[in-house]
Amino acid sequence: MALDSKIPAGSLEEKWTRFRSTVKLVSPANKRKLDVLVIGTGLAGASAAASLAELGYRVSAFTFHDSPRRAHSIAAQGGINAAKNYRNDGDSTYRLFYDTIKGGDYRAREANVYRLAEVSGNIIDQCVAQGVPFAREYGGLLDNRSFGGVQVERTFYARGQTGQQLLIGAYQALERQVGLGNVQMYTRHEMLDVVIRNGRAVGIIVRDLITGEIQRHAGHAVVLATGGYGNVFFLSTNAMGCNVTAIWKAHKKGAFFGNPCFTQIHPTCLPQHGDYQSKLTLMSESLRNDGRVWVPKAKGDKRRPEEIPDAERDYYLERKYPSFGNLVPRDIASRAAKEVCDEGRGVGTTGLAVYLDFADAIKRLGQKVVEARYGNLFEMYEKITGDNPYQTPMMIYPAVHYTMGGLWVDYNLSTTVPGLYAIGECNFSDHGANRLGASALMQGLADGYFILPYTIGEYLSGEILAGKNDAKWSEFDEAENAVKSKIERLFSIKGKHSVDHFHRQLGKVMWDDCGMARSKDSLSRAAVEIRKIRDAFWNDVRITGAPNELNPELEKALRVADFFELGELMVQDAMHREESCGGHFRLEHQTPDGEALRHDDQFMYVAAYEYKGDNQQEAMHKEDLKYEVVKPSQRSYK
Amino acid sequence: MNLTLKVWRQKNSSAKGTFETYQLDNVDVHASFLEMFDVLNEKLINEGKEPVAFDHDCREGICGTCSMVINGRAHGPLQNTTTCQLHMRHFKDGDTIVVEPWRSKAFPVLKDLVVDRGAFDRIIAAGGFVSVNTGQAPDANTIPVKKEKAELAFDAAACIGCGACVAACKNSSAMLFVSAKVSHLALLPQGNAERYSRVLNMVAQMDKEGFGSCTNTNACEAECPKGISVTNIARLNREYLAASLAAQKK
Repeated sequence: MALDSKIPAGSLEEKWTRFRSTVKLVSPANKRKLDVLVIGTGLAGASAAASLAELGYRVSAFTFHDSPRRAHSIAAQGGINAAKNYRNDGDSTYRLFYDTIKGGDYRAREANVYRLAEVSGNIIDQCVAQGVPFAREYGGLLDNRSFGGVQVERTFYARGQTGQQLLIGAYQALERQVGLGNVQMYTRHEMLDVVIRNGRAVGIIVRDLITGEIQRHAGHAVVLATGGYGNVFFLSTNAMGCNVTAIWKAHKKGAFFGNPCFTQIHPTCLPQHGDYQSKLTLMSESLRNDGRVWVPKAKGDKRRPEEIPDAERDYYLERKYPSFGNLVPRDIASRAAKEVCDEGRGVGTTGLAVYLDFADAIKRLGQKVVEARYGNLFEMYEKITGDNPYQTPMMIYPAVHYTMGGLWVDYNLSTTVPGLYAIGECNFSDHGANRLGASALMQGLADGYFILPYTIGEYLSGEILAGKNDAKWSEFDEAENAVKSKIERLFSIKGKHSVDHFHRQLGKVMWDDCGMARSKDSLSRAAVEIRKIRDAFWNDVRITGAPNELNPELEKALRVADFFELGELMVQDAMHREESCGGHFRLEHQTPDGEALRHDDQFMYVAAYEYKGDNQQEAMHKEDLKYEVVKPSQRSYK
Repeated sequence: MNLTLKVWRQKNSSAKGTFETYQLDNVDVHASFLEMFDVLNEKLINEGKEPVAFDHDCREGICGTCSMVINGRAHGPLQNTTTCQLHMRHFKDGDTIVVEPWRSKAFPVLKDLVVDRGAFDRIIAAGGFVSVNTGQAPDANTIPVKKEKAELAFDAAACIGCGACVAACKNSSAMLFVSAKVSHLALLPQGNAERYSRVLNMVAQMDKEGFGSCTNTNACEAECPKGISVTNIARLNREYLAASLAAQKK
């Protein structure tokens, strides 16, 4: 099957305008007859569900949380980018587009990224109108700050809780539609399969997490907005519930999976401290605006940080990247931290940490200003570690944060299955091999508010004549039976170990062998190890309780079972991509000074995988990336 | 450290609950309270027993999912701290810790420590929003907002909807939650057009959900993990009064 990205004709600047002017429309009377199922209610899902309902579609929204306000979009701290140029510092749609393409190491689609930059300003307008309390200046106008990988100030923020405020805005818009009767909201419902009939998505199978009931929901289109899959690493900055199940089921039913190995490792997270650890906590990248990253120059220097004089410190980011300094993009900052720790210059009890020091900022600005900028982050740091970062430098280490990979989508955000859409982090589209800070919120809301509501009309206009989809169709029987038998199978194992026991093992393999640095050797080892752990899981897992009740162990087991299969695909993809780009770093492919070495002549494409059945190698399809405007070059932040 | 835990166990919403006692040894002082529960659950699973069901997700103190009453206090002994951000270093070796779910008629227990907080969503659906459809918004800098006002609105908007205010209140009042949303939107020019209908509709829904009345004990503010101030309740009362009078005039 040839991949058709459906990029509209015309110059980059004209594509989206032309698309909007020519896309097929659905009349208001017909919208009332069309059901859209939206899975996930984070930024992308909530904004899409609300906007579609405002247009007049009949929307059902599903979340496994107890409320649509809980999705992990809420944890984003730093901000959201938009090309408003309120700073008069030379920002423009083109610059935001260019920075995103370059930041993604030239592995994203030009047309999609340009559109993202184009609608970025509308997002800020929309959110302000909803009452999102962005930071303001004394004149009453909106404040901006700068973020990694860029040289303008285009990031809008709401203290250190930007994600929370944006999500609450989208949540309120969604609840308004619930109150008006335009959205049927299903909380504590988890999607366990998508139903396909004659090659089109016609519904989903969900489990009511309170009663355990398996339900069928039919619709004219299914929109997946289920977030990223970083929890395949067990320890990540993701929330405990984040999982791959919805998109993995879609993948197994025919949706191609794009660039599965592209994982973002965030440089400023709290280091791991014990075996019982359940997750890693991120400290906003905005800290790198004023904090200076360093390690001792000498290996194994065990002195307290205050006792190490300036001359014996290595501010390695400032040394290696003088023009961007501490604000280099995430992939570069993370790799640099790993490098100094591998050299034996890491700090803390494990040696797997570097300092993020605010002493100079406090001297320059005063503690009050630092407190106003980062107070809540400092507080959070102290709560978790027991150390006071005003007095002693923070200790940080990279951790898995975001997955650029996801379901392959065309310009319309449609997967390879007609009627099945993927928006937000769960698609692969806009960030290439590395996402810039403050761009995830932008993409989630762009997809949900301003892109999907237009593009989905292209498909739904053809569904008007199709009539109502029927949950009694045999395809629903099959999907429901498959879900039920999988649950029965899990209960029948009656093994010795908890789900977490296996998940932790999987995570360690993924981190050690398919994490920040990958090689042919490590990936070959990972392929073998994952299979072993997966087999052990299916022979020895113990699920307590019963299927027909609130059962968190069963929920976890269903998710982890999919993580094993995903892990294998990530390894396959990382193995095939014989180059380094963005977050994907192959040890065999680096420049003499240790930077990522791309091979544009061989790998300037999206790897989109097609599921071929249990235990079969997946088939890889290529979408060649054509750069018509930007000239790809070796990324340099020196 | 070694701990004795007394945990509320309840099979489902119609079953009768009871406290079970568990002994947990060698708990790391740097573990979070929920990680301590992970260790307990792993132990229970290994013994073939059913683990304790509890709500949690981000474990960064922002999603508002976690909800435990610890030694009689919503989210435990620390101020401005959710259960997930509470660490074991704040307890002592040999402590007995009593853990219960949020208790309120409007938040029925679903299982063990998990409750149903759907009432909060229904209150928001009744009016906790600005009616602006996607695409209608003017340029974001069209209306300047005084920095102080924006900051005040933010203070109220920081609510995470966890329900600790209700759990802490002897009357199970939801006034702090409702007042935070009413304040957030009433303080901003964008929320002004629907100011009166919003407060009337939200309060009506709050009453319908079976939350109790506010008697100004301020327990909600003391236990709120985000430090939402009771001055918001005063503002809610003013807004409600003004809206009621305006409604009478019509």
